[in-house]
Amino acid sequence: MFRRLKYHIAVFFSVIGPGFITAVVDNDAGGIYTYSQAGAKYGYLPLWTLLPITLLLIVTQEMCSRMGAVTGKGLSDLIREEFGLRTTFFMMAILVVANLMNVMANFAGIASSLELFDISRYYSVPAGALIVWLLVVKGTYARVEKVFLFATVLYISYIVAGILVKPDWKQAALYSVKPEFMFEAGYLTMLIGMVGTSVAPWMQFYLQAAIVEKGVGAKEYAESRIEVIVGCVVMTVIAFFIIVACAGAIGSVAPRDIKDAADAAQALKPFGTYAYLMFAAGLFNASLFAACILPLSTAYTVCEGLGFESGVNLGFREAPIFYWLFTLLIVLGGGVVLLPSFPLIKAILLSQVLNGILLPLVLVFMILLVNKRRLMREWTNSRVYNIVAWTAVVVMIGLTLALLAISVKQLGG
Amino acid sequence: MAEILYLTELLGLKVFDLKGRVLGRVRDAAIVPLIDPQRVDRFLIGGSGYAWLTVRHDQVQRISLNGIQLRDEILTPFHNDEYMLRLGRDLLDQQIIDAQGRKVVRVTDVTFNIDGSELKVLEVDVGLRSVLRRLAQGILPRHWIRRLQEPIAPQSISWQFCNIVEPDPLRRLRLNITHDFLEKMHPADIADIVEELGPEDREAIIASLDEEVAAEALSEVDPDMQASILEALETEKAADIMDEMDPGEAADVLAEIEDERADEIMHEMEAEEEVNELLEFAEDSAGRLMSTEFVSLADDATVSVAVRLLKENPESIEALQAIYLTNGQQLTATVPLARLLLASGETSLMKLAAENSTRVKVDAKQSRVVELFDKYNLLELPVIDASGRLVGVITADDVITLLREN
Repeated sequence: MFRRLKYHIAVFFSVIGPGFITAVVDNDAGGIYTYSQAGAKYGYLPLWTLLPITLLLIVTQEMCSRMGAVTGKGLSDLIREEFGLRTTFFMMAILVVANLMNVMANFAGIASSLELFDISRYYSVPAGALIVWLLVVKGTYARVEKVFLFATVLYISYIVAGILVKPDWKQAALYSVKPEFMFEAGYLTMLIGMVGTSVAPWMQFYLQAAIVEKGVGAKEYAESRIEVIVGCVVMTVIAFFIIVACAGAIGSVAPRDIKDAADAAQALKPFGTYAYLMFAAGLFNASLFAACILPLSTAYTVCEGLGFESGVNLGFREAPIFYWLFTLLIVLGGGVVLLPSFPLIKAILLSQVLNGILLPLVLVFMILLVNKRRLMREWTNSRVYNIVAWTAVVVMIGLTLALLAISVKQLGG
Repeated sequence: MAEILYLTELLGLKVFDLKGRVLGRVRDAAIVPLIDPQRVDRFLIGGSGYAWLTVRHDQVQRISLNGIQLRDEILTPFHNDEYMLRLGRDLLDQQIIDAQGRKVVRVTDVTFNIDGSELKVLEVDVGLRSVLRRLAQGILPRHWIRRLQEPIAPQSISWQFCNIVEPDPLRRLRLNITHDFLEKMHPADIADIVEELGPEDREAIIASLDEEVAAEALSEVDPDMQASILEALETEKAADIMDEMDPGEAADVLAEIEDERADEIMHEMEAEEEVNELLEFAEDSAGRLMSTEFVSLADDATVSVAVRLLKENPESIEALQAIYLTNGQQLTATVPLARLLLASGETSLMKLAAENSTRVKVDAKQSRVVELFDKYNLLELPVIDASGRLVGVITADDVITLLREN
């Protein structure tokens, strides 16, 4: 009995990585801004959305990791095999552009967080880009993953910041479970935004590819599932503390719109230097982390889907398209942040629009694939699970389309 | 020069009857490897309003870029058969093994050679050039696509080196797929290929290999994957492969497999007892790292005795570094193999012994083993039990693997 338990614990630690990293990177610069904004403007009210968000996240992530474990193939591979090259190419093209915008947002996060420490963006962004590039090009998957796992630990800074602000815990607890609806355009936009940033198309591709790369098989899948769930819960906990910190510092004092996530950090200053520093450091960590993963994941996904050589274990000569794409995403993503007049907000809105177009496709393909008995054997969705999954997908699609409409309107206006 | 036709162009190509009317368009093409591994045996055509028809290769008068002209228009309705490899369905967008490049690639297009009335598969295309063809197929006219692709360097694999991956053994037989070429590859290359495939294909390939080759290839595969492959194989096959492995390595793999299944496999193994003993050692001990295959002699033996022993067991010499001397019980000395070369036959082996006889206890920590290798620049290290008896050896290769894993 004990030996068995020990075996399962050992397997759990050997599969830890992909699910955890994916869920946590979800709180990137864009995510932190969305949560900060929610707390700053509406205080504790939006907290209840975190529970359904967690559920949505778990359902989608679980399907991806299961597909990865059972088929041993990435999501873009499977889409290519089952739906053809043209569909894959279309999706990959959108993914590249959307992810490029995301990379920009995260380099902007690196710039603004370090500016809080009086480091000019003309130093921080090139340095950040170089670190990201070297880490991936010179590292091996196992080592890179270790660095990533360490980065997830640094998210604790948000929990510390949240506690230092001394928020009203009673209210926080109450609104975490009490749904609060207001039929006000701003509030609804915020709710949709929170859901929209939490389930992004790139995550599905990244997670499945990482599960495959890690060599998790159907046998270890039970442990992998726990890892995915733990990852999603940790992501929510961090989001909770970000919202609570901003609710305590801004929302419950003088509710207002914040400019960016660095603005939120500034607002924490009256609660002590540490709260401010923790929030700023958290933003830096999250931005750098996402700036590492997004270009890498994009390059992998595109090359696998289109059948080009890929992988950090290959050299530049063996996988030229992989490295060019990866490098270009970093150079462009970091470069535009240094242009004084670049319309960054518009770029981020555009990335939301593209994600909004892509996500329904990805989710529908995922459910179709996960239900193919030829691919998944006995690991297809059960009927009840399918009902939950389809509901989740329909809700996600509905909300994403709403966010899409709002973003398009803002882009136009 | 013979003309080239791409699968992307073949699909949708018009088929004309004897009077030059359009019968339909090509929907797919199939080869029957058992008959001819290269020739397109039938074309599957479809038009509006009727089910697919089959055009046999001998019903074709002429094939050109503009269409297929029939000589015989008595066509049979299409029905699927298991001996047919359908290029559009079974090959396009699927993974195959490139036996020459020793890697797994994904098929984007297929290039044919037009040989009068016959179509022969020339090569399989991957890379940017074929991606462009696929994307533009049906959108741009053929000659535009051909002109557009010109500046891009082609990336193709000659058909004879293409190996289709098929997990179903029966269908593999019907499609005449063998993995013989794999057995000629270096085990490390086989391991790389296996690692790139999905679990089903992976298990199928290992199962189809000769046990000895399979064992060597598996030794090069990532440890977690080793366990999951062996677990999925039939118990007997798994046991046979593990018997070909070094017992120390087999023990390591078994430790990764869940207890019940590991017991089942172990039960079928010939080296059951040996492996079982090894499994008793702690996970980070020297005992788990060592191999139990070594050459030992009584310490009063001479060089000629040693040479005779080695001549009788030529397979033991392959990776041999040293001969170990014992007094019947304990390990007394180590003789580096190279020293035998310079000594005459009557020399006592004891005289050739290494001055420094480093050894390690079977329950010593592996970190200690690494220290010893580093400190004394060892190639091989004998392992002894509590009573000083030689029980195994650790080679530099084992240490490198260990260091890479950490």
